[in-house]
Amino acid sequence: MTGDWLIFAALALIAVISAVMMITSRNTVYSALFLVLDFTAIAVFYLLLQAPFIAMVQITVYAGAIMVLFLFVIMLLGVEQAATSPGLPLQAPVAIVLAFALVILLGYGLLQQGDGQGGLAAVLAEGFGSPIAIGDLLFESYLIPFEATSVLLLVAIIGAIFLTARARRQAG
Amino acid sequence: MNVPLGAVIGLSAVLFTLGVVGVLVRRNAIVIFMSIELMLNAANLAFIGFARSLQDLSGQIFVFFVIAVAAAEVAVGLALIVAIYRTRLSIDVDEVASLHG
Amino acid sequence: MFLTQAAGADWFALAPWIIGLPILGLLINILIGHRLGERAIGAIASGAVGLAFVVAVFQYLGLQAEPEVASVLVAEWIRIGQLDVAWSLNIDSLSVTMMLMVTGVSALIHVYAIGYMHDDVRFQGDPGRFRRFFVYFNLFVAAMMILVTADNYLMMFVGWEGVGLCSFLLISFWFEKGADGIGNAMAGKKAFIVNRIGDFGFLIAMFLVFWTYGSLQFEEVFHRAEEMGDAAGGVVSLITLFLLLGVVGKSAQLPLFVWLPDAMAGPTPVSALIHAATMVTAGIYLVARNHVLFELAPASATTVALVGAVTALFAATIAVGQFDIKRVLAYSTISQLGFMVAAVGLGAYVAGMFHLVTHAFFKALLFLGSGSVIQGIEHGHHNLQHSDGHHGNGHFDPQDMRNMGGLRQRMPVTFWVYLVGALALAGIPPLAGFFSKDEILLDASLENTAVYGLLTAAAFLTAFYMGRQVWMVFFGQPRSEAAGQAHESPRLMTVPLMALAGLAVVGGAINWPGVHWLTDWLEHTIEHVHAAELSPQVAGISTGLALVAIAIAWLFYGRRPMMEGQPDPLRRPLGPVFRALENKWWVDELYAAVFIRPYQRLARWLADTVDWAFWHDWFHDRVLAGGFLGGTGWLAWGFDLPVIDGLVNRLAEGLRGAAGRLGRLQTGYVRNYALTLFVGTILVLSYLLMR
Repeated sequence: MTGDWLIFAALALIAVISAVMMITSRNTVYSALFLVLDFTAIAVFYLLLQAPFIAMVQITVYAGAIMVLFLFVIMLLGVEQAATSPGLPLQAPVAIVLAFALVILLGYGLLQQGDGQGGLAAVLAEGFGSPIAIGDLLFESYLIPFEATSVLLLVAIIGAIFLTARARRQAG
Repeated sequence: MNVPLGAVIGLSAVLFTLGVVGVLVRRNAIVIFMSIELMLNAANLAFIGFARSLQDLSGQIFVFFVIAVAAAEVAVGLALIVAIYRTRLSIDVDEVASLHG
Repeated sequence: MFLTQAAGADWFALAPWIIGLPILGLLINILIGHRLGERAIGAIASGAVGLAFVVAVFQYLGLQAEPEVASVLVAEWIRIGQLDVAWSLNIDSLSVTMMLMVTGVSALIHVYAIGYMHDDVRFQGDPGRFRRFFVYFNLFVAAMMILVTADNYLMMFVGWEGVGLCSFLLISFWFEKGADGIGNAMAGKKAFIVNRIGDFGFLIAMFLVFWTYGSLQFEEVFHRAEEMGDAAGGVVSLITLFLLLGVVGKSAQLPLFVWLPDAMAGPTPVSALIHAATMVTAGIYLVARNHVLFELAPASATTVALVGAVTALFAATIAVGQFDIKRVLAYSTISQLGFMVAAVGLGAYVAGMFHLVTHAFFKALLFLGSGSVIQGIEHGHHNLQHSDGHHGNGHFDPQDMRNMGGLRQRMPVTFWVYLVGALALAGIPPLAGFFSKDEILLDASLENTAVYGLLTAAAFLTAFYMGRQVWMVFFGQPRSEAAGQAHESPRLMTVPLMALAGLAVVGGAINWPGVHWLTDWLEHTIEHVHAAELSPQVAGISTGLALVAIAIAWLFYGRRPMMEGQPDPLRRPLGPVFRALENKWWVDELYAAVFIRPYQRLARWLADTVDWAFWHDWFHDRVLAGGFLGGTGWLAWGFDLPVIDGLVNRLAEGLRGAAGRLGRLQTGYVRNYALTLFVGTILVLSYLLMR
């Protein structure tokens, strides 16, 4: 039991600290990298929570593709520049206060539910979270969302190309 | 890992909140975007936790889709940011405030 | 006699024509009169009245066959609850007497008026008014017939008012002439208003009759009155006293006689017909008709008699001091009416009616004669003005006796007929006036000594002032050039005069003592009539006094006729009394001071102060209008503008301010919007969780 708590605590700590670092880091590249670390920690969580496939997907897509894309763009656009305008005075304090409120609320909501107390030591079915199981469910019950997602990805590709295409005939 | 579900959800909540703070406080568009991704991840974590607790694989399917959509979204969003940078030469969100009342 | 044996002849069916013929005459004159000549108009009018006289004769013949009452229904009129008033003609001896007298004398006066008005409209300068005169004249006869043939109070009142209206129309016939250009109109107005007081009495009496006896029909009322007798209490006295008020107004008794002298402003035929022979006798007829009620209230009857007697003497005294030829006759009429009223007041209905008929003859004669005299003077004046080119001395009054004199030679026919009339009025036997007046005096001597004394004194003065008039007008030398130029009137005028003179001579035959033909005739209607025997004593006293009076008049006016410019011989002996007589005892002035001026002041006060200043200026303008304007002004400026408009305006201001303030929420910063979103999320979450 305590071993579980120890692992959990350690991973949680990593996740939270890297999240904080990401937010507060002045260097955008550092932020991205911290985010990668965060994603990795979460992927480990997934593994521990009997979701191996998803964990792999997380690492592959999120940390591998999405963050790389982020880094590409960061490199393309240059690093953080100095703030030119004064910024909004009340924004930060209010946001932090409200964030605390949110945490409290969510915590309260959690405590309301009795399920939060129970553990996760139930006996799972064989192959819970395995690719086979995921695949079964995905292509039987969730086939249409799957196809829709593929269309969405296609649209995203076209959109991305279109948005970044330079106007050709402008020069001259 | 035999921790109460509440712990997982609590962690998810904290991460989510951190993501919200990041969206609200930072001025760099890319960092905001990354905070959004953090929020999404926090939600995913909650989903996985519930899937494990309720022994229902649907949670994991949902996370699968979330990741896929997040990918598409990031692609388009970053393309937008690039396009904006091309005209404004800045990705400070406070710069794009011409629609004020 | 054979006429009454005409089988199946129903004379009474013709009765409505007695009213219808004058109406027909006036309608013809109104519609096509302007295309006919004067002669035709006069002929139509006179013919209508003449035929009415014939119808009256037929009624007389009809009553000979069946001497009781005949009733001819003309039309239904009012039928409300207990009140059932129809227009029925009541043909009995009393009404036939009146019918015959009125239509007969009217016919003669109509003929006279053709000649008289021919000259009069030319003297006054409006020949076109000839037609109007005869229309009014016929209307009068019709109204008088309605009055006389009525069988109920209401119908009689219709006629009563009708003759009052015609009197007014005819008095103010020359409405634009007279003193100050309105003198004649004022006289007509005076007649109408004074008569109104009498009419008020008549109306109250009528209401009381209906209230007491439940009907307005003469027959029913008299029947019930006799049944109830004294059970009705003092109501009968009240009714009769109010009827007396009506009589006093219409028949010009004290104190409402003041309109009759002023009524002389009308043309002379009007004075003759209406104010001597017919309309003024309506009062006496009223009393005779209501004899049943007067017999039930002896006190009222005595009052009537006294009023009549006092009036007789009072008016006679005034007549002594008058210089206008028509005024003398007017006061004489009032005095003679007093005789008649006294007679019927004493219960001597026959005597009263007898005198009524004879008086109609000789008074009409006298008036028409005076008209002839006046026209003669006018002609003379006219000739003077045209011949010498000298236009008379300012105001020449052709009616002033001081401008006359010596007309006996210049107008002989007029003189003789006038003399007959004067002697008849004075009561010299065997003319008509003697018999009728003597019968009244006889009845008075038997019933009431005070009345007898007053009437005798009045008779004495009557003879005196008539003598004075005759000597002043016809004897001596002409006192003005106009009189010297006067000439006799045309035959159209003198023939009716002669006819009336004839009637004045033989008229006494109607009720000669011993024969009592009228008494018998009227007995059918008025039950308790007694024929008093001729008393030589009374007759002797009255005749003797009349002769003495004529002698005294000769002494003053006949022996040494008045010269031009000479004051009246009576002025010195009587002194201030003569001045009082000349000024009619200042009755009109008294009325003006006591009634008229305070009334006018009251009217002015009511008009200026109450109506104008109070109602109009203060109440309407300040209170109502001002209040309304103030109120609406407050509503508009004090309430609508600041409150309601203010409300709306402030609402708009508020909205604008709020919009401005809310607009600041749109900062344009995405992060702010995100923060707002976040705030909303927290709120929703907290609500959901706290539930």
